[in-house]
Amino acid sequence: MKKANGIFTGVILLFLYIPMIVLAVASFNTGTDIATWEGFTLSQYAALFKDGSLLPLLRNSVFLALLSALIATVLGTMASIGIFTMKSRARKIVMAVTNIPLTNPEIVTGVSLALLFAFTGTLLKIRGILGFTTLLIAHVTFNLPYVILSVMPKLSQMDGDLHDAALDLGCTPVQAFFKVIIHEILPGIISGALMSFTMSLDDFVISYFVSGSSFITLPVEIYNYTKKPLQPKIYALFTLLFAAILLAMVVMNLIQARDMKRKAAEHSALRGRRRAA
Amino acid sequence: MKRNHLAAPYIVWMALFTVIPLGIVLYYAFTDSITGAFTLANLAGMSTYAGIFMKSVWLAIIACAICLVLGYPVAYFIATLDNKLTQRFLYMLVMLPMCISFLLRTLAWVALLDDTGIINDGLVKLGLGALPLARNNAAVVLGMVYNYLPYMILPLYTVILKIDRRLVEAAEDLGANGTQVFTKVIMPLSLPGIISGITMVFVPAISTFYISQKMGSSGTTLIGDVIESQFKAAYNPNLGAALSLVLMLMVFACIALMNKFSDGDDEEVITL
Repeated sequence: MKKANGIFTGVILLFLYIPMIVLAVASFNTGTDIATWEGFTLSQYAALFKDGSLLPLLRNSVFLALLSALIATVLGTMASIGIFTMKSRARKIVMAVTNIPLTNPEIVTGVSLALLFAFTGTLLKIRGILGFTTLLIAHVTFNLPYVILSVMPKLSQMDGDLHDAALDLGCTPVQAFFKVIIHEILPGIISGALMSFTMSLDDFVISYFVSGSSFITLPVEIYNYTKKPLQPKIYALFTLLFAAILLAMVVMNLIQARDMKRKAAEHSALRGRRRAA
Repeated sequence: MKRNHLAAPYIVWMALFTVIPLGIVLYYAFTDSITGAFTLANLAGMSTYAGIFMKSVWLAIIACAICLVLGYPVAYFIATLDNKLTQRFLYMLVMLPMCISFLLRTLAWVALLDDTGIINDGLVKLGLGALPLARNNAAVVLGMVYNYLPYMILPLYTVILKIDRRLVEAAEDLGANGTQVFTKVIMPLSLPGIISGITMVFVPAISTFYISQKMGSSGTTLIGDVIESQFKAAYNPNLGAALSLVLMLMVFACIALMNKFSDGDDEEVITL
């Protein structure tokens, strides 16, 4: 049973990676059609670095993701601490609003923000309001709930007396805030920030509705591309990104494996010594 | 330091960019596109799209069911592994595809399934005829299952991981066989994960427009496609707003219905 399940898991994982294999193979293809293999070449990779049309878009995406993750993390962490001290009724209302962008279909969030910007645009008579600012606002908005929902559990796990103890031991309130509260919830803050960054980097649907021609991200451009024939160097870009993420993952896993082995070794050495004594 | 003031910027932000935009959707849904006067015409026009709504719901339900059937054994296998390192690694392997642009991954599927795609080329070379693999409902469902399967596996994995092994042992000691252990212990305990997995697959599946555009044809138009075209092609934001409103209400109704089956407090599961 277990073995059959293992094989099934393997098949599903293979299924998840089929498109990645297709993209990686296409990145070494001399032809431009993804479905027809014509011969091996590295020229797509050379083209990617030589002509700079894709890399600036990647830079746009990364910049937007970093900035929106930063703003969402700061605002979201502050908000979590604030919500945590609220009375239960106010807290329920705020959490209900927090859940709206999480449960709403992305297309509805995108449309509602697009309408808000269009409305503001006509009200203030600004032409072409869609651009970097509108994208940033939208990204911060859909990132905020993720930060809050990863910080809040850490706050409830925290020992409330720690903060009082810090104050008793002579910390100023500001010191106690940063040295105790922020320190305790840091893992939640980091995972919220990472989640925001990835969500923002790969977001297409919402960005599609709130971006104008002045600032375009990579996913939106890929969508525009798919109406015309796709440039093969885009496969090269994604094969490189994929390889980088995979490598980072394997390295992280190896480091963890070494740590676990070392801990196990220390543990058994300690036990051995205890037994000898 | 007054800690309860820290939430103020967030509350203002969410009011401006979540609550007010929904109000504006309502406003557009109930006004005429030309005169701006109050009208029910946009919502009355919904009946034209009833078929498309039904189709979107239907395809999303099928995609959910397939994701559950495929995802459960995978989540169960990974969550019950004894080797924690392999477990972490497999978990990351499930997450990893989500880091790569879903647009490109969908395009890769089109390249595989198209009439002159990789699979059909192979079939023709083998002397077999080409099959109509793309541009139909099945292809759209495949695209949904492929893209949203990790959303099903991850909450299931989190929930199954938390199940106390001793409960399973106790059930076995008390004479339950394998099937009984599964249906009486594991299944009920993983229900919150099933509910949140279904929600996480259903919501993006019912509202997708990219998958149906690329994997489907004009016959597989979904509600997302209609909304998208109101904003990007036909430019009738009032009709688009009315459609979005109905879609949103449908999704919230489905989620409320789903949550009736679970005990509620599953925020943690939704965010992993």
